[in-house]
Amino acid sequence: MSQFIQQVINGLSLGSIYALIALGYTMVYGVLKLINFAHSEVFMVGAYSGFYAATFLGIDALDQSGQSFPLYLALVVLIVAMLVSATLGMTIERLAYRPLRNAPRLTPLITAIGMSLLLQNLGMLIFTPNPRRYPPILREVRFDFGGVIVTNIKLTIFAVAMALMVGLWFLVNRTWTGRAMRAVSMNLDAARLMGIDPDRTIGKTFAIGSALAAAGGILFGLDQITINPTMGTLTGLKAFVAAVLGGIGNIPGAALGGLLIGLSEQLVAGYISPDYRDAITFLILIVILILRPEGILGVVRQEKV
Amino acid sequence: MSDAPVLSLTDVRVNYGGIAAVKGISLEVRQGEIVTLIGANGAGKSSTLKSIVGLVPLAGGVVSVFGRDIRGEKTHQIVARGVALVPEGRAIFTNLTVRDNLLLGGFLKRDPARQQQNLERCVALFPRLGERMSQEGGTLSGGEQQMLAIARGIMAEPKLLLLDEPSLGLAPRIVQEVFAAITAVAKHGPPILLVEQNTRLALQTAERAYVLVTGEIVLSGTCAELKQDPRIRAAYLGEDVHT
Repeated sequence: MSQFIQQVINGLSLGSIYALIALGYTMVYGVLKLINFAHSEVFMVGAYSGFYAATFLGIDALDQSGQSFPLYLALVVLIVAMLVSATLGMTIERLAYRPLRNAPRLTPLITAIGMSLLLQNLGMLIFTPNPRRYPPILREVRFDFGGVIVTNIKLTIFAVAMALMVGLWFLVNRTWTGRAMRAVSMNLDAARLMGIDPDRTIGKTFAIGSALAAAGGILFGLDQITINPTMGTLTGLKAFVAAVLGGIGNIPGAALGGLLIGLSEQLVAGYISPDYRDAITFLILIVILILRPEGILGVVRQEKV
Repeated sequence: MSDAPVLSLTDVRVNYGGIAAVKGISLEVRQGEIVTLIGANGAGKSSTLKSIVGLVPLAGGVVSVFGRDIRGEKTHQIVARGVALVPEGRAIFTNLTVRDNLLLGGFLKRDPARQQQNLERCVALFPRLGERMSQEGGTLSGGEQQMLAIARGIMAEPKLLLLDEPSLGLAPRIVQEVFAAITAVAKHGPPILLVEQNTRLALQTAERAYVLVTGEIVLSGTCAELKQDPRIRAAYLGEDVHT
């Protein structure tokens, strides 16, 4: 039993990172009907921005003293990384996708793959391909609850992800930016007729999704200890599966899908074999595409004429 | 500006992939008027309205609003000038509540007090919407969706209201209700350009009319005149005319 609880806790923590990344895929899909494959690199750049910001603030990855750093520094690191990624996301949209707005849908998709490769290689050039040890923004503290080990890092990951998702919920449902985003994703021409500028709304969507991915990047660094420029490929792909599982374009679906993917991965790793932890995600993808292609919370759109 | 028509089209053309849908039409809407553009399915009525708000590109001609040439402006900029289009097929946001649909109509008029006031105006105009405020738009009947689409247009406090086939697919009793509301809106509100296939109803509601046949205006005048015109009576009102 304690092993099960252990895996669930680890799974929810990992899953909340997937959820943060999946939100960006699903939001962009909502407004543009585009799978933004470069999103996985926005996540990677977010992790590196956090790395450099923390190093700059004196949080040294090689620090052996075991001292804790003040919490406000962690917050500064988080905000810097979110701003960098938001800017990167908006720039990608502006340069790579906006000129293709009226092109056939395959064209921006291929551009997205190209953008992803470009950014990954730029990452290797700038950050070097060597894995980097992530700075101890948070020192690990372990709590033992009758055999179930919970670390403050796992708890923080889950809490930060939940807080950001609540913030996103508020933004999407209670602000004009959110209403504009929902309008654009539901009916582009009708949104225009309300006086909404689709380009501005799409730009903001990229900014918000990219900022969430950056937060995911930092949490990933805290969790996995090391980062490298290709870290986005597998994690980004899993987050994409999470978005599809929840129902691509559906925001609560992406959050749910992320948590489920994280859980299944940990449970498979714990009960079957760690060798299958990646395979299970893609098995889920295949099953969902066969049985319920619209995803768990997705709906088959029926337009009334 | 006071003398300039609210809307004026001069020699407007619209093409779809080389096929001319609107072949150089000119029309005007002045302050305080309901003007109707009537014609059969495929005559180019909707294309004309879409070209006014920039949803389809102009292939030629000039569109001006309050005497100002708005060619090349984007839809949201034209809407910001006070032009509201209630599109054919309603295009409401089916997954949003009636209230959110209406609030989005006032996207450019966000002052909460003003929005509340506009919401109350809409409910006064369409009491049924008041009962359905927290229901999703997609759950409304066709007639209610049409009412919602018109109310959403009014939320923008438009200076010119364009209505595209508000009677489409509605039961006759509902059509009466919708058109009574349109007349009420026009009484104190913006001038209206009404596109309709239902000629009889359109001529009853509007003051002036343009008749569109395969992309060209073949006839125009006051509705009183046109109702008597034998060509209209034979072709659109289905009357047996002996001349």
